[in-house]
Amino acid sequence: MLADFRDTILAAAARRAPLRLRGGGSKDFYGGAPRGALLDTRGYAGIVDYEPTELVATARCGTPLAELEETLAREGQMLAFEPPRFGGAATLGGCIAAGLSGPRRAAAGAARDFVLGARLLDGQARDVSFGGRVMKNVAGYDVSRLLAGSLGTLGLILEVSLKVLPRPAAELTLRLELPEAKALESLNRWAGSPLPISASAWRDGELSLRLSGAQSAVRAAAQKLGGEALAGEAALEFWSGIREHAHPFFSGDAPLWRLSVPSNCAPVALPGAQLIEWGGALRWLRAGTQAAVRAAAASAGGHATLFRGGDKAAGVFAPLAPALLRLHRELKAAFDPAGIFNPGRLHPDF
Amino acid sequence: MGQALPVADAARQRAVAQALRIFLPERAVLWEQEDTRPYECDGLTAYRQLPMVVALPETEEQVQRILRTCHDLGVPVVPRGAGTGLSGGALPPGDGVLLSLAKFMRVLRLDPVARLAVVQPGVRNAAISDVAAPFGLYYAPDPSSQIACTIGGNVAENSGGVHCLKYGLTVHNVMRVRGYAMDGEPLDVGGESLDAPGLDLLALLIGSEGLLAVATEITVKLLPMPQLARVVMASFDDVGKAGDAVAAVIAAGIIPAGLEMMDRPATHAVEQFVGAGYDLEAAAILLCEADGIPEEVEEEIARVKQVFERAGATRLTVSRDETERLRIWSGRKAAFPAVGRISPDYYCMDGTIPRKRLGEVLGFIGALENKYGLRCPNVFHAGDGNLHPLILFDANDADQLRRTEEFAAEVMQKCIEVGGTITGEHGVGVEKIDQMCIQFRAEELSLFHAVKAVFDPRGLLNRGKAVPTLTRCAEFGRMHVHGGKLVHPELPRF
Repeated sequence: MLADFRDTILAAAARRAPLRLRGGGSKDFYGGAPRGALLDTRGYAGIVDYEPTELVATARCGTPLAELEETLAREGQMLAFEPPRFGGAATLGGCIAAGLSGPRRAAAGAARDFVLGARLLDGQARDVSFGGRVMKNVAGYDVSRLLAGSLGTLGLILEVSLKVLPRPAAELTLRLELPEAKALESLNRWAGSPLPISASAWRDGELSLRLSGAQSAVRAAAQKLGGEALAGEAALEFWSGIREHAHPFFSGDAPLWRLSVPSNCAPVALPGAQLIEWGGALRWLRAGTQAAVRAAAASAGGHATLFRGGDKAAGVFAPLAPALLRLHRELKAAFDPAGIFNPGRLHPDF
Repeated sequence: MGQALPVADAARQRAVAQALRIFLPERAVLWEQEDTRPYECDGLTAYRQLPMVVALPETEEQVQRILRTCHDLGVPVVPRGAGTGLSGGALPPGDGVLLSLAKFMRVLRLDPVARLAVVQPGVRNAAISDVAAPFGLYYAPDPSSQIACTIGGNVAENSGGVHCLKYGLTVHNVMRVRGYAMDGEPLDVGGESLDAPGLDLLALLIGSEGLLAVATEITVKLLPMPQLARVVMASFDDVGKAGDAVAAVIAAGIIPAGLEMMDRPATHAVEQFVGAGYDLEAAAILLCEADGIPEEVEEEIARVKQVFERAGATRLTVSRDETERLRIWSGRKAAFPAVGRISPDYYCMDGTIPRKRLGEVLGFIGALENKYGLRCPNVFHAGDGNLHPLILFDANDADQLRRTEEFAAEVMQKCIEVGGTITGEHGVGVEKIDQMCIQFRAEELSLFHAVKAVFDPRGLLNRGKAVPTLTRCAEFGRMHVHGGKLVHPELPRF
């Protein structure tokens, strides 16, 4: 399998022919349109090493995310960044390459925060490893975290080591009726006090809060916050709907924008329905033109991504400042001199 | 260790100092030996070198012009914070400029609602938590040197601390870094919103040991202070049992705020020094802290005690109040200075290993104590597998120094063999540069050099640190070990 990958990469590099690195294809919609000859990573699969007491799991790129998460769940552990799968086919390689995180992101951290090490084939088909399988490692530049969210532009991720965490002993979801501005104000205030809020979602005057932690901490917080408790099954379904975009807010063909803004930013005044996550730091928007959305996000001190649908021709991600764009181009060339990996996926220029 | 490089010639020194004096006041450019002497080393005092020139800028514009001037003149630059680093990362260049960020001491902005602070790189780690405290907030990473070390140095080294298993390292707690590349180009990486577009350059800069850029402004995340913290102190009559107890805590689904181990030689050294109340009979003690709201802390403490009892703890103490908690921790925090009192010198190592190999690695270190005739107490961030063996020696004895270096090299190699790393939080610097040749292969080192060249094509910023040249590795002549696999694992090596 690895020999095949190497041959494919070397042949593509010799011809400077683009390669489309792809796992389950569950995130084909995300980023610039995929192009190039398909290199399917799913054949290189399997959990290589998992010791629950080390809090580290290492698996190959083609490992289905569902398989990895089920294995962790059997030991009472989880991927704390709650990566969205967007369908059953998602693989670990795609999860890290996309670098997307789910509802727990504001409380637990992003995909990149849990990456401990990675092995990849670079643009010269060199088999290189960075980081490791231990919690703390500062030897060498942190290339493995750099791969999280790189959309496969730096190399073919072969193997990833992730920090895993125990599942919380108790969880409870609360529903509160709150208008947008009041919800944002409350979310920021709560985040500054020791409350075990592990997820939040505001939509249409209704704020859902998930509390996770020790039984006693969840109970105490629920008393303090008030609102109505959601039944266990309904709560699981609700958060899964937010994570996987199965919630009705995400259905339909209207463009889906993802605005990343400071959590305490005032309500973003743009036409279109909004859903707020991550304690106010993430605002989903179902409408809008490039110019208006980007300007609103930038003036709020953040940035916007055209997540799904809409017109990608004008760019998916917020443009990079010239100094950063130069660094991006040169880093890309350092890892992938022939420019073959997933061109255009992260940025139109490379 | 300790060899002085030749100081560059006086004409060059004069030329560089004059070029900097064009835009820096007299007091901000030091070149007389009596003035540059305080900068000759960082926390790794075995390595010393007088810098050719020391520059003490006060504004971002001055930093930019220093870098641009040095870039144009081809002069190497080494950035420095408080100089508390333990790997020689701020060892000055004998032929270049030591760029001190010590005057960048201002907290520029603190936003208690968004829970972030924008600070200059010379702000001390603990000072951030001090200014955040009135708002019930703090900055989580807490290296033992936190009263002295600066946030700029923390960013360079990706510093950890005793609470990082639960609250993360510097890389998890910094949102944005502004600064300059070696050619003076301004860089602005990350932001006050999450998931900045493009590649995660923030992750690349943090822990880059000052080789890629000079930070002049850092935005950090602040967390709500836990309402309560209590610590359990447990004694074990066997180091292996203590190691198993650590695994049992994790297996029980507990992520403690801190989980530290000290072996008997370490507790004996500490107890003479601070009187923390440690059990001197124990082969090893564990300190396990729970934090959060009171109900949660009580629940967790009860579970931790149960786990330790089952793991065979011979004595258990739980802090009753904040005074007792701080006293118990005082011994751990004073471990390095305490060891400094029982030995003329000590050499602090920093390998990280999978926790399950702890017994084996400590046994290996014990055997090396006999082999080299040197004592080596151990303090250990047990929760995240980060070892700090302290080899005791006398630097005035050349043979002890040589034995210490060989001892340390063997320990580092062992850490790599068991699937760990040569450095968990102190950085490579100049100290562990040869061991990088064992941890990484030529292909990986080449990629590191390519990354360096993107930011600093002339290789002037903190040159010679952190990433060895391939030539150096060839001269060092050690084999690469990876993922616990030696090239010929069947051969006996030690």
